[in-house]
Amino acid sequence: MAEKRENTYLPAGHRDAPEAAGSTDAPAGSSRAEVTPPALGVRGMLRWAWTQLTSMRTALMLLLMLAVAAVPGSIFPQRVQDPFSVDAWIEDNPGVGEVLDFLQFFDVYSSVWFSAIYLLLFISLIGCILPRAKKHWQLMTSPPPRTPRRLERLPEFGALELQSTAAGDPEDGPKAQQALQDAAGILKARRYRVEVRDAAATDGAEASGSGDSAGSAGSVGAERGYLKESGNLVFHVALVGVLICVALGSMFSYRGQKILVEDEGFVNALVAYDSFHPGAYFSEDQLQPFSVQLDDFERVFDRESATNFGQPLDFTADVTTQLGPEGEPQSQELKVNQPLTLDDARVFLVGNGYAPEITVRDGAGDVAFSGPVVTRPDDPVYTSMAVIKAPDAQPEQLGFVGLLLPTAQDTGEGLSVSVDPELGNPQLQLNSYYGDLGLDEGNPQNVYVLDTEGLEVLNSRDEEAGGIVLSEGETYELPEGMGSISFDGVRDYIAIDVHYNPAQQGVLFFALTALTGLILSLFLRRRRAWVTVETTPAGRTLVRYGLLARGEDFRLRDENIALRAQFEKKWPVRAPEEDS
Amino acid sequence: MQSINMELVQYSELFLLIAAFVYTAAFMLFAVDMIRSSATIRRVEAELAAENMTERQLVSSGAGEAPRDQAPHQQVPSEELVDEEMAYLGTRRPFANVAVALSVLAVAAHAFAVASRGIAANRVPWANMFEFLTTGALVVAAVYLLVLTRKDVRFLGTFVLGLVVTMMVSATIGFPTPVAHVQPALQSPWIAIHVSLAVMAISLFTLTFAMNVLQLIQHRRELAQAAGSTRSGWQFLRLVPSAISLENWAYRMNAVGFVFWTLGPLITGAVWAEEAWGRYWGWDVKEVWTFVIWVVYAGYLHARATRGWTGNRAAWLSIIGFGCIIFNYAVVNVYFPGLHSYAGLPD
Repeated sequence: MAEKRENTYLPAGHRDAPEAAGSTDAPAGSSRAEVTPPALGVRGMLRWAWTQLTSMRTALMLLLMLAVAAVPGSIFPQRVQDPFSVDAWIEDNPGVGEVLDFLQFFDVYSSVWFSAIYLLLFISLIGCILPRAKKHWQLMTSPPPRTPRRLERLPEFGALELQSTAAGDPEDGPKAQQALQDAAGILKARRYRVEVRDAAATDGAEASGSGDSAGSAGSVGAERGYLKESGNLVFHVALVGVLICVALGSMFSYRGQKILVEDEGFVNALVAYDSFHPGAYFSEDQLQPFSVQLDDFERVFDRESATNFGQPLDFTADVTTQLGPEGEPQSQELKVNQPLTLDDARVFLVGNGYAPEITVRDGAGDVAFSGPVVTRPDDPVYTSMAVIKAPDAQPEQLGFVGLLLPTAQDTGEGLSVSVDPELGNPQLQLNSYYGDLGLDEGNPQNVYVLDTEGLEVLNSRDEEAGGIVLSEGETYELPEGMGSISFDGVRDYIAIDVHYNPAQQGVLFFALTALTGLILSLFLRRRRAWVTVETTPAGRTLVRYGLLARGEDFRLRDENIALRAQFEKKWPVRAPEEDS
Repeated sequence: MQSINMELVQYSELFLLIAAFVYTAAFMLFAVDMIRSSATIRRVEAELAAENMTERQLVSSGAGEAPRDQAPHQQVPSEELVDEEMAYLGTRRPFANVAVALSVLAVAAHAFAVASRGIAANRVPWANMFEFLTTGALVVAAVYLLVLTRKDVRFLGTFVLGLVVTMMVSATIGFPTPVAHVQPALQSPWIAIHVSLAVMAISLFTLTFAMNVLQLIQHRRELAQAAGSTRSGWQFLRLVPSAISLENWAYRMNAVGFVFWTLGPLITGAVWAEEAWGRYWGWDVKEVWTFVIWVVYAGYLHARATRGWTGNRAAWLSIIGFGCIIFNYAVVNVYFPGLHSYAGLPD
């Protein structure tokens, strides 16, 4: 096996790619000395730095560093995914949180250090593939390499002496020139690129120990598997393509979230979104004016399984879509895993829940709030968090916090819990507050959170008045004449994401190209073969051949065997003489 | 949605249990074969010595000399015990052979169990962690048996079957999940492609992990021998091919595994992520680890072409890569919150 290693062809563009036989086994420390910067001028230093950067060892180090640097992003919450958890994490870990934030541990994939690693890696990659591409181009456009002097020193070698009798026997082997052409034909059929050289051009082989240079009929040089290196280059170039498309995508894309309550519509415009994340070069006219309206939403839960009863099986939203104000309204189905494509944007169903319809009347009997309240489901049985704010209520602003239970069941301790995700017995359990809700100052507030600090409690389990428990159609009169709250019904809502990324087809294209290149470079075999033909002093034709692998090739011996079998089929081969 | 065939589920569970027991038996027999390595070697040595003896007798009888005393205890060079290309040399290892036969039985029962679970639920049988592990174990065992038809890799039996038994046991103890329909997020044709490619890749990486660990052990032994150590050490290793042979075979399988990983978890994962979540890549924890594993194995492939990084260091990278896979599966799935909340584990 040791010979195998010697002949291992390694990417030539890398300056520390081992060239000499056996050098691959040199201990790692032996080449450390090379790393010491020599005393050179600025240009020399730059050249040295470039050499270091584009070396295979550096590329490997950068690769491993990239792997390590990616890990913190899975340990700490990331702003790209969930900015709220990042804030919560920093709040929960004072001191450490700020330091980690300063070190960009919550924005790992856009951090200076992560970017530095992958940019250096890509520069190293480009610096490595450019000279390789040039060298490969030269190889592709030139004939197979010169025939070596001693074929028997190649890792795979064979020799055949062809039958020959003086009197033109029909069993006779071919003459040397014919054998040379035959060998070339066989190699060509085995998909080698072939060059036949006459004796003069085969001076290397001529000098090989036979001593009878006049007997040489020339040689064949052959090489195959050029696609292996091409594939390798394509793989690396395609990775650069992936990176460029990812960058383009992050510049010109946008994504936004919107909650749609049943019978509500949405027009793709900036003001309509609940949250919106534009790319760096986003402009508002990228938003195509399509609209989506939720007509109906259906949930299907498992009603058969004993172990998974109530597990969701299907979510289907019936929506009406319209491409622009003049477009034809169209009824479409929106499901998980089945996004809609509207103009160039894609619309995804990412969530759903219940929106109880609430009416709040204030102490004066006026309607202070009326409409569906989007609640946030927190568990598989859709126990949902509800927050209602009625800043217009008089004399005091009113706020409510509590739960919507789709199928409430009394636990026997005066406490109800939800036992099923469908609306079997919807119930609202609320605490109520009055006071300044803090909305008048114009500060942005999370609609799903009521800051109860500074508010007076009206209803809660701890208060004399108790908590508010409302079934559908019921109304509760607030204590102290503060007004009333009615639970009028429940509507469904869906959460949709709208994504637009003009470069993602490009990412896919380059990823698949990279995969193709990878397969070619890993599984094609790059081999060189040479055949020499000469006439021995005894007048027989002697064919020698040798094989050399470039790169990983574990089947060179098989190639030798196959080649020999074809030669033996083509020519009558003399049995090797016992006594010689 | 079609109901789950509970009767078939019971058969599936029964056969899975049978498969686990038979695997365990096969594992134990492989272990016995391993322990009896020195006996195997002694027998082979005796056979070789006997052959030599008859040859010499034939030669010497003509000269009328008394046959020279043979030394049957002379160590047979390792080349005669194992083939570097892992071809079968005709070494009789009865315990290992019975273990292989049992493994075939176990794989048959296991395949039935996995297939019937899929048919019962009318979907692919790899939709939660339990099914991923049991299907993965099946692929590991099946790939191992497939390789056995061409190559003498009986020396790997203890390790492979050990891993298979570990996978079956941890599936049952760690992630028991009743058969059920899958949630809407998993109802996509991509589950068949994305997950099966991941299973294939992980199975190959599992096998190469075993080979790379053996490679490191074998390398130490070779170093000791080169240093002139006469200590016979662990006899079993004499039935294992050389470190470099193990390395080359592990490399070939890792290359295939890497292609599967690129196409499966990485590319089809991104395509499915776009379809289900609206973006092809969002650095979800699972995506992060898919990327980390890809980069580690890419590093491994590059290490093979870097001076000073072949051999042991490359083997370590492959082992680290497998460590990341285990971490990704056992820790990330269970403890890291993310979008891949398919594990089917109780909260």
